[in-house]
Amino acid sequence: MSTQEWTKAVTVTVNGRRETREVEHRTLLVHLLREQLRLTGTHIGCDTSNCGACTVILDGAAVKSCTVLAVQAHGHEVTTVEGLSGPFDGLSAVQEGFRQEHGLQCGYCTPGMLMASTALLSEQPDPSPEQVRHALEGNICRCTGYEMIVRSVRWAAEHSDGATP
Amino acid sequence: MSLVGARVLRKEDPRLLTGQGTFVDDIQPVGCLHAAFVMSSCAHAELVSIDARAALAMPGVVGVWTAADFLDYPDLPGGLPELERPALARNRVRFAGEPLAVVVAESRYQVADAVAAVEVEYQELDSVTDVTLAAGPDAPLLFEHHGSNVITKVPMLDDLERELERCDQRAHLRLVNQRCAAVPIEASACLADWGVEGLTLWATFQAPHHLRNYLATWLDLPQNLCRVIAPDVGGGFGAKIPWYPELFIAPLLSKWLRRPVKFTQTRSEAMVQMTHGRDQVHDVDVGFDNDGRIKALRFIISQNLGAYPDPTGLGLAVLTSWMAAGCYDIAKVATSFRTVVTNTTPVAAYRGAGRPEAAYSIERMVDLVALRTGLDPAEVRRRNFISPKAFPYKTHNDPVVYDSGDFPQALAECLRLVDYEEVRRRQAATRNDPDAPLIGVGLSCWLEIAGFGPNGSLEGFGHLASWESAQVRIHPDGSAVVFAGSSPHGQGHETTFAQIASDELGIPFDRISVRFGDTATVIQGIGTMGSRGVPTSGSAVKMASVTVLGRAKKIAAHLLEAAEEDLEVLDNAFSVRGTPGKKVSWGDVAWASFQPLRLPEELSAGSLEERLFMESPNFSYPSGAYACVVEIDRRTGRITIDKMVLIDDCGTVINPLLAEGQVHGGVAQGIAQALFEQVVFDPDSGQPQTTNLIDYLVPSAPDLPDYVAGRITTLCPNNPLGAKGIGESGAVGAPAAVVNAVLDALSGFGVEHLDMPVTSEKVWHVLQGGQQ
Repeated sequence: MSTQEWTKAVTVTVNGRRETREVEHRTLLVHLLREQLRLTGTHIGCDTSNCGACTVILDGAAVKSCTVLAVQAHGHEVTTVEGLSGPFDGLSAVQEGFRQEHGLQCGYCTPGMLMASTALLSEQPDPSPEQVRHALEGNICRCTGYEMIVRSVRWAAEHSDGATP
Repeated sequence: MSLVGARVLRKEDPRLLTGQGTFVDDIQPVGCLHAAFVMSSCAHAELVSIDARAALAMPGVVGVWTAADFLDYPDLPGGLPELERPALARNRVRFAGEPLAVVVAESRYQVADAVAAVEVEYQELDSVTDVTLAAGPDAPLLFEHHGSNVITKVPMLDDLERELERCDQRAHLRLVNQRCAAVPIEASACLADWGVEGLTLWATFQAPHHLRNYLATWLDLPQNLCRVIAPDVGGGFGAKIPWYPELFIAPLLSKWLRRPVKFTQTRSEAMVQMTHGRDQVHDVDVGFDNDGRIKALRFIISQNLGAYPDPTGLGLAVLTSWMAAGCYDIAKVATSFRTVVTNTTPVAAYRGAGRPEAAYSIERMVDLVALRTGLDPAEVRRRNFISPKAFPYKTHNDPVVYDSGDFPQALAECLRLVDYEEVRRRQAATRNDPDAPLIGVGLSCWLEIAGFGPNGSLEGFGHLASWESAQVRIHPDGSAVVFAGSSPHGQGHETTFAQIASDELGIPFDRISVRFGDTATVIQGIGTMGSRGVPTSGSAVKMASVTVLGRAKKIAAHLLEAAEEDLEVLDNAFSVRGTPGKKVSWGDVAWASFQPLRLPEELSAGSLEERLFMESPNFSYPSGAYACVVEIDRRTGRITIDKMVLIDDCGTVINPLLAEGQVHGGVAQGIAQALFEQVVFDPDSGQPQTTNLIDYLVPSAPDLPDYVAGRITTLCPNNPLGAKGIGESGAVGAPAAVVNAVLDALSGFGVEHLDMPVTSEKVWHVLQGGQQ
């Protein structure tokens, strides 16, 4: 088989920019983001889709980018941690909430937590602490013990204008 | 005014919240190659052959190397003579997952393909994974020339049999402190780039200078040509201090191939290759009188080392034996331990490293004394506590002198916050209601040893020394940079050290940066471990800052033509007390400090810089009282934590927000050990059964409760900050509180002990048995 049969050009809108890259059929979205687009904020923490460090937003929904093939993202919109912004000195309410409530320590799971939390708040702007815990079930943090992450998301809910979590 | 003690938001956060952090795998130099290991699929075997021909023919593959290619290099450092671990398995594999060949390819996908294509032929040997079986007479031997799997043995001089017999009652438990995995979310990773100007190695590591020192020796490379950088590090918990093959092999591959070489470990690899923690078996006997006073304690420890004795792994049982009596005044204490190799992943430090094991067992024994005497567990604790007036308190081991504490006060505060009487009332009221859950409340009055800083305390674990370094430098504009020898992995050193320096220097927090983790810029360092960040490294920052301020005052006094003792530092300036307006800014003083014509005679240009190596005369001893309330579903055995109260005494708190974060994280790992986590090996084949995050149950948010965190404060006299350390406290204190709560809930079912993890399944079996 020639190389061309193994690869395909994909066009993905990432953080508002249309990007076209040649990828292998088996290339994972997370590797397209990290290695070809050099958006290294999205991290990899496992190989079984359990940890959620690679969570990004695909057409408005939180997905684990280690479980999506790059070719599946063709024609779709992806937001990564680099695409978050907002009124809090440039940070979004979710980002600022994590800062205010110490929702991160080593910072490795954090981009995934931010994206999962952002997706949660866009669907459910005022979740209870219990709802936050369940929404983040697929994201593992080994540093914080989670309570401060829950507080961070609640901070964001209380400080959002409703449109841009 | 003081920043020490203030809830200051972190300097680290803006970069980590925006994807601008730099973890090892984020660095991708041009021409970077990818390395991956072929792992042993057997727990114990002779290597017959390794056939790499198919792999070498695959696209993008650069090469395959085995132990035979590294014969010019020593085995990995730090091992015991004749028991060293080779960088790649040589002739023999001793645990499933042990690296036996390394493959390099152009991309990470190609290297993964090629690893799968390497064919290895084994001649399987009998294996042993259990510490007791491994120490037995018929066990298969990992190192035949050693003659036994028992590596070290420290016997007791007196087994206390007479003292135990003399008491009104005695009790025995065998307690298994199960093997756990640290699971930092960033697994191991390193990037080596060996060019004409020497080697740079980026590694996710807790002690970059430690690595540089050993790596340079191993490579026979002068240290000036060997630079190690620990950039942002995605968690460590003790598992990023040991020597892993990739740290030594990646640099050589880069040298040979003249290209950068990167290794990033997958989670499945990490679960078998990163060192595990705990894995001790305790045989504990207590003698006590009918009034609950404990008179004698015999504490025998077996430590499973895994396949190769790690220097830290060898030391864990020492720490456990030191802390065996916890916060209790017990007249006679005897300890002994042995360390044993098995066909499992090597064991080293995991958050708490030897102290959680001690705290768990003594706290289980105290509850057993309460059960046998019919006294309330809180009362038994009060009757046995070391008195707050007894400090410094000499223990059964000479090097261990408890610094300070107030155990009765911590317990009283804990009982108040958990509303102990009310929980007991609720428990009694619902005990016989078949529709209500069973309620249990568990206490843990724990104590640990931390603040590793006394000379000799870390050398035994293979470190250069036990001090920590700090260097404080004032720029010409009066801003400052602090270089810290202790390199963090989430603890927030950039923030806490800047708080400490800001208080001492009088320079605003935002004008102070903290640097670490690079052997080319930080003079020398030991590392972040053993809850030593604030007590040892923070104290170094404080004292270096004090010295710099003293010199700055001399310059300011010279410029103001005032007496030094009349100066005060206010609002980023030096002012003469009582003379409003007579002042000089920190910036002016700093500028002048580089101008010899403006300096007092005793100072020279560049004086506003100080470096020092901080030792401490003794350890620190963080302590606390935790309470856990559980509810157990009578039909399913499901355990729910209803309340978790945490009273910590860590001495001086630099930043209450970060201190609370450390407690939460440690407690989460402690609850996880109590209820969920266990590294499992098949006892017959030695095959690991928990090689991913499906089988190894790291809790996520719905699995854990909210915490009620409080504090009491007794200062540590052994460092200038009065701080004791907080990083490991939660992991030390939580397991016993949770397990004691579950057993308290089950007190009507005739069960005295359950080993961790106390799963719903184990509880369900007790409930079934109890109802029969």
